Amino acid sequence: VLNRRCVEAAVMTGLALNCRINKKSLFDRKHYFYADLPAGYQITQQRLPIAVNGSLAYSVCVGKKPSRVITKTVRIKQIQLEQDSGKSLHDELRSQTLIDLNRAGVGLLEVVLEPDMSCGEEAATAVRELQLILQALGTSRANMAEGQLRVDANVSVHHPGEPLGVRTEVKNLNSAKFLAKAIDSEIERQIHELENGREILNETRSFDYKLGCTMPMRDKEGKQDYRFMPEPNLPPLLLYDTESLPPGADPQQVINIDWIRERLPELPSETRERLIQQYGILPEHSFALLNEVGLLEFFQNVIKETRAEPKKVTSWVLNIFLGFLKQQNLAVNESPVTPSALAELLNLLDRKAISSTAAKQVFEELWRSEGKTPSQIVSEKQLELMQDQEALERACHTVMEGHPQVVMDVKRGNPRAINKLIGLVRKATLSRADPTAIKEILERKLSP
Amino acid sequence: MLGRTLREVSAALKQGQITPTELCQKCLSLIKKTKFLNAYITVSEEVALKQAEESEKRYKKGRSLGDLDGIPIAVKDNFSTSGIETTCASNMLKGYVPPYNATVVQKLLDQGAVLMGKTNLDEFAMGSGSTDGAFGPVKNPWSYSKQYREKRKQKPHGEKEDSDWLITGGSSGGSAAAVAAFTCFAALGSDTGGSTRNPAAHCGVVGFKPSYGLVSRHGLIPLVNSMDVPGILTRCVDDAAIVLGMLAGHDPKDSTTIQDPVKPFTLPTLTDVSKLCIGIPKEYLAPELSGEVRSFWSKAANLFESEGAKVIEVSLPHTSYSIVCYHVLCTSEVASNMARFDGLEYVLGDKEEEPLRTVSQNVNIGQKCHRCDINVSTEAMYAATRREGFNDVVRGRILAGNFFLLKENYENYFIKAQKVRRLIANDFVKVFNSGVDVLLTPTTLRGAAPYLEFIKEDNRTRSAEDDIFTQAVNMAGLPAVSVPVALSNLGLPIGLQFIGRAFCDQQLLKIAKWFEKQVQFPVIQLQELMDDGSSISEIEKLASVSLKH
Repeated sequence: VLNRRCVEAAVMTGLALNCRINKKSLFDRKHYFYADLPAGYQITQQRLPIAVNGSLAYSVCVGKKPSRVITKTVRIKQIQLEQDSGKSLHDELRSQTLIDLNRAGVGLLEVVLEPDMSCGEEAATAVRELQLILQALGTSRANMAEGQLRVDANVSVHHPGEPLGVRTEVKNLNSAKFLAKAIDSEIERQIHELENGREILNETRSFDYKLGCTMPMRDKEGKQDYRFMPEPNLPPLLLYDTESLPPGADPQQVINIDWIRERLPELPSETRERLIQQYGILPEHSFALLNEVGLLEFFQNVIKETRAEPKKVTSWVLNIFLGFLKQQNLAVNESPVTPSALAELLNLLDRKAISSTAAKQVFEELWRSEGKTPSQIVSEKQLELMQDQEALERACHTVMEGHPQVVMDVKRGNPRAINKLIGLVRKATLSRADPTAIKEILERKLSP
Repeated sequence: MLGRTLREVSAALKQGQITPTELCQKCLSLIKKTKFLNAYITVSEEVALKQAEESEKRYKKGRSLGDLDGIPIAVKDNFSTSGIETTCASNMLKGYVPPYNATVVQKLLDQGAVLMGKTNLDEFAMGSGSTDGAFGPVKNPWSYSKQYREKRKQKPHGEKEDSDWLITGGSSGGSAAAVAAFTCFAALGSDTGGSTRNPAAHCGVVGFKPSYGLVSRHGLIPLVNSMDVPGILTRCVDDAAIVLGMLAGHDPKDSTTIQDPVKPFTLPTLTDVSKLCIGIPKEYLAPELSGEVRSFWSKAANLFESEGAKVIEVSLPHTSYSIVCYHVLCTSEVASNMARFDGLEYVLGDKEEEPLRTVSQNVNIGQKCHRCDINVSTEAMYAATRREGFNDVVRGRILAGNFFLLKENYENYFIKAQKVRRLIANDFVKVFNSGVDVLLTPTTLRGAAPYLEFIKEDNRTRSAEDDIFTQAVNMAGLPAVSVPVALSNLGLPIGLQFIGRAFCDQQLLKIAKWFEKQVQFPVIQLQELMDDGSSISEIEKLASVSLKH
């Protein structure tokens, strides 16, 4: 019996990937004997899958500068619904294989990409984008390490102008990073083989993490005839759009493609664009915000509670906050600093109640000891900026008096000299004065 | 009491003339007496008595569930029955106890029916004799009937009485025999190429094949998914209608059932056939058809005509291709459906190991878990287990089916056969569209054969011969029913088949019921088997308007 949610997920994914949704699709049985395939066949859609001819756009960085990105597209050949097999666990020690059948029969969505990508990074980037799309749609959490998204790479090499070479299939990849590594190492291997006069076998290889290269898999032997046969227990899957929907049809029994299309959530590419428009942030920042699970939400929560400029928030979130997370290998949802806390800190900064140096100190403290608010930390550590304008003027005056040589340098037009003065004033005020204010006072005093 | 119709017994139960427990015990006792027929693989005595007890409680409170409450029934052993062994008459499934009931079984039980047991069949429902199962062949009760015995006395014979026993036909032979021998009032069979109608004809009972999609196949261990249907065997057409009313309708667990629910119905009695048009397909006049059957067929046609119906010759031009087409499609689906039987999941494993009952467990297929002494690889183990677990017939069909499904053959065999199938189905559509209400054909070529003669040819040959009138119906998904007509010269039952329009099952049964009344088929006389020699039916059915010579 067909699972409705699976079909809906397939349609949503197909629409998000710009595919043509086939209003009629068929199911087939693919036969082979293996211990993890209890029925001796897998139900799949070989003849007529549910969605075809789509595209996936992804951005690769060109050169070292992160700001230079170009958009590439990989064509989607098809999306098909099929059944999962069980899981084989090889126990080398006792030379036995354990079979876990719990996932056998569960619905899968297979997305087949055309060979439009040319290196590991492109593939990894495309896969990451696909993960974001699936997560945004809610059709999968697409976590590769947990097997929610499984990726097999088909790799071949050829000289420009010549047809595609013999391909090998690389399996057992559990992260986008290793996907890239595996592909690149396989490309290297194939080139090496061909340049040494050998041939590439159409085989299945698995990626060995320790060795960092691919090895042939023992299990698969030669070409199999899967004896495809139409699945007799599943009638053709008919989908409708608003035009073709039969009148009086039971909504429980039919799926309307247009209805699903109207309710598609915002896709990552749309989100990025929106962030740029809404907050005026740069494209590469927009990318970065989407690249970490939960980061966008965190960012948006901070924005909600602070008056600080989005650019400021972005900078703090992407540089300082993310930096701390990465250093301690934490996920966003494990952060000891809440969005509210960061928002409060940024407010203090925005009001010029503290300097940016002080702010960084406060942040560090926030990270270390939970439960304290930024305001508490500021007062505890006496990090407030001097608000007393007169006292500041006096401080400047004192410094100027005490360093006539430097003052002369400034008057003579040395641009760096003023920084020295600022630095001295800061020291004198125990870093509690805003450098901008100091500069402004000094300049005023120094002007003729 | 056992000879009554379902409706009569149901009334008797309601009126308290007999209790469900008494009825159940009578049937159980008769099952024991007729054990030599080998109609049952499993007799679910405890379960039955318990069900009868519950039924009795309901009757006492005046809250019976309906016409089937307390009625003994039997189920062919290829339907899954929760907690009761289901073997499909194969070694591969010996000891397999399903954790759920097939939908049709559940429906019967929900109506209060009492399950007597699981009946015998050809292994995995492949065959037309009920002779090729792992638990031995089924014997046709008519072998022991007075009618047959008397006729045989005329022939000189030196052999022992029992060596010339007759087959029941198949593959639902156990169900047919169980009903014919009065051990239950209705039995479930399955029909893929005629497996309900064929044994019905040979055992002198009604064998009904519903339209494909009308009755759920969930829990029916599949042979050919696109042709299988659950079949109903009863002693009269009205009984079959009652059962159909309980079983038909949409099942969410079977995506090939029609969408609409179906309500139980009372079969109206037809009195006037003058508005009917009966079609006689000329291609069904096969040269192998026995003279007797042909004669009965002809007489039946005349009967309709004499009562005012229009009887015309029609043509189903692609009939001659249907057997071959059926073989290609059937074996292909069989090869696919049998792929799951690797001897691990459904029990056939090392006896020392715990038998594995369900699929969703961690399974250790380490190189020590198998019954054959092959330690090499999974594939070798599968091959060995499947060789042991399946009989020749099943293995033969699997090999043939896999051949047809190979990439290089798929187009020429499978696809071609599907196309021919459509042509065959269209033949029927054309005929029905031209104003024909039902088709009238023989069910079998001749009466039941003696076992010793039947086994002279192999299963495949026999199936090809015996399915000739029945299997085109499965290809087209139409409803059909075999109604016993009269006894042959040898004193054996002959049945004729009515084929109806898709989803016009009620109308088909209505016509069959009229016909049944006209022919007054004699009751089987198994006097020596009954308690106190009491007669099986209160009404002695004498030939009044009959088709006997």
